[in-house]
Amino acid sequence: MRVLAAMSGGVDSAVAAARAVEAGHDVTGVHLALARNPQTYRTGARGCCTLEDSRDARRAADVIGIPFYVWDMADRFHADVVDDFVAEYAAGRTPNPCLRCNEKIKFAAVLDRAVALGFDAVVTGHHARLGPDGLLRRSVDLAKDQSYVLAVLTREQLDRSMFPLGDSTKAQVREEAARRGLAVADKPDSHDICFIADGDTRGFLAQRLGETPGDVVDVTTGAVVGTHAGAYAYTVGQRRGLHLDRPAPDGRPRYVLSITPKTNTVTVGPAEALEVSHVRADRPVWTGGPRPDASVECEVQLRAHGDVVPATVTVAADGLRAELRRPVRGVAAGQAIVAYRPDPAGDVVLGSATIAA
Amino acid sequence: MAYLDHAATTPMLDEALEAYVATAREVGNASSLHAAGRRARRRVEESRERVAAALGARPSEVIFTGGGTESDNLAVKGVFWARRAVDGRRTRVVSSAVEHHAVLDAVDWLAAHEGAEVALLPVDAAGRVGPDQLRAELDAHGDRVAVVTTMWANNEVGTVQPVAALAAVAAEHGVPFHTDAIQAVGQVPVDFAASGVSALTVTGHKLGGPAGVGALLLARDVAATPLLHGGGQERDVRSGTLDTAGIVAFAVAVETAVKRQQEYAARVAALRDDLVERVRQAVPEVVFNGDPVDRLPGNAHFSFPGCEGDALLLLLDAQGIACSTGSACSAGVAQPSHVLIAMGADDDRARSSLRFTLGHTSTPSEVDAVIKALPGAVDRARRAANYRTPR
Repeated sequence: MRVLAAMSGGVDSAVAAARAVEAGHDVTGVHLALARNPQTYRTGARGCCTLEDSRDARRAADVIGIPFYVWDMADRFHADVVDDFVAEYAAGRTPNPCLRCNEKIKFAAVLDRAVALGFDAVVTGHHARLGPDGLLRRSVDLAKDQSYVLAVLTREQLDRSMFPLGDSTKAQVREEAARRGLAVADKPDSHDICFIADGDTRGFLAQRLGETPGDVVDVTTGAVVGTHAGAYAYTVGQRRGLHLDRPAPDGRPRYVLSITPKTNTVTVGPAEALEVSHVRADRPVWTGGPRPDASVECEVQLRAHGDVVPATVTVAADGLRAELRRPVRGVAAGQAIVAYRPDPAGDVVLGSATIAA
Repeated sequence: MAYLDHAATTPMLDEALEAYVATAREVGNASSLHAAGRRARRRVEESRERVAAALGARPSEVIFTGGGTESDNLAVKGVFWARRAVDGRRTRVVSSAVEHHAVLDAVDWLAAHEGAEVALLPVDAAGRVGPDQLRAELDAHGDRVAVVTTMWANNEVGTVQPVAALAAVAAEHGVPFHTDAIQAVGQVPVDFAASGVSALTVTGHKLGGPAGVGALLLARDVAATPLLHGGGQERDVRSGTLDTAGIVAFAVAVETAVKRQQEYAARVAALRDDLVERVRQAVPEVVFNGDPVDRLPGNAHFSFPGCEGDALLLLLDAQGIACSTGSACSAGVAQPSHVLIAMGADDDRARSSLRFTLGHTSTPSEVDAVIKALPGAVDRARRAANYRTPR
């Protein structure tokens, strides 16, 4: 097959490209330029999107012996990922930009262009398994598993995707990179959000949304217990950085329970008030096959690297509801709920949806 | 492989390669006083004379440099600094909108760091700088201009500029005139003295010599403040131990390319004309960019409406055809060509362009290979421009 390897400049995508070559595919490497001004993104060895990463990717492609190009996806990335990220926060939700990037950029804009140019598939260094059965499964390396951020992909997108790393641990990938003479073997993992240069999400949002002071309200007493500079800067389940004027009467820590953009209010309360047993979600994608008829017994994950909870997922016309077997704290609207079917050969992604409430 | 990117770099001539290897085996610093040094110096000075003779300059006007970018920077910044030092009012730099970045970015740097005023002369639809525009500029501001710099021939669209006419206008106003002749030497007749320019950039690897060596021809009555300070080589204008082997090979390449220029131009232009004609037949809506007559013999530059140049490049590369979108930045992100924009093209036309450049190793079968691959690539690139996979 003719395949396009998306190469970030990191170790995973480099090894994925090399494995695709070894599997007999005709591989072309592409680095996605996502920053309008590369210097404003993370510099140094962390994160993606820098000139240095572009060079690292090109160097890896040269070592592997494949053609390499840079595709300018900055405008699409800003419209579909960065602007969406800001708008979601402004609406009181907590987005996952990596998931959105997979949905809109890597397996959409890039895949579209690749297919049109005669490629059969896009290969990436995501840690997830996609076997001949077409099912998306967790990586054997559960600590590095990225099936959560891929669960938004449709069947059609998965049919044109290859994830050659799912059967390997991160340690094995690094070892293999060193064996293949890839200089990125020791490059640190990327963390956080690639388009927020200093990791200061609140500052990034404040710059774009402005300061809009409002009240922090205690859920039990209804009293105003503090002020905030913008409700968008808070995430459900957040404890740090609340700067409350008055301690709670019971002296226990308080957490963000909800964000109401309409009144610009942040509601806080005790930990147990965070507990959620029902989740409603919309925009479902059934990755693992056709839409289930009624309800499914499965396990759900409610945020990246979050705990897995047994649940009954009931399909509705416009989305789904999940009854959780045990309550979960810190469920934020805007995050994805991903349903898995436990399987000894790797838990299978059934589908995902965006948490509404 | 069909190599149609000779304007990026062209294979070394056998004569130059042999001269390089033979010289590189010898030890000797051309500044040393002993026998080995004298031998190296003799090689350098013979090379200087050969370059001077081939390009209509005097040996003392040849300053060897590390290549085209350095020569351009030395001419633009060095002459600016020297002229301003003599007359503090001379802070204006005149250039054109279609220069190579080695000139444009040097000019921008002077504006950002030295307070230079910049006047970029416009070009016509063929990419040509008009002597009348230069005259108007110098009539208005001539007493404040430090240097004029416009290229001999454009690296992207291949248009040859009316250099002698431009140089004459500058001379009337007593302003030094530099020309970047990197793409011109060996392709069209270039005579330093006859052209009337005060400074001229030439580089090795575009004419069959090695990369990393070139020269600035600098008239003896024009001063340039050095960029590099050190041992005082090259009239004190360009310090640094001379690359004897590189200089020898460069000189052989210049001499050979200039000697063969007429025969070369006729042969390569015939191949190029064949390519252009057949591209037009294969893709009737193609736009041929640049001057149809006054252009470099090996240059064919097209816009393919509805396509992205970098998609075409990828598709042709996959079929073993090397060409160029004509512009690239260090991150490898294609920007719409400033040359085409200056010629009045819109963003789409600029992004849809592709440059094929032929050279001394080009063959008819390479042209055949392009014609065989191009229609399919254009079709595919056009579909790619607006394609969405079903989902």
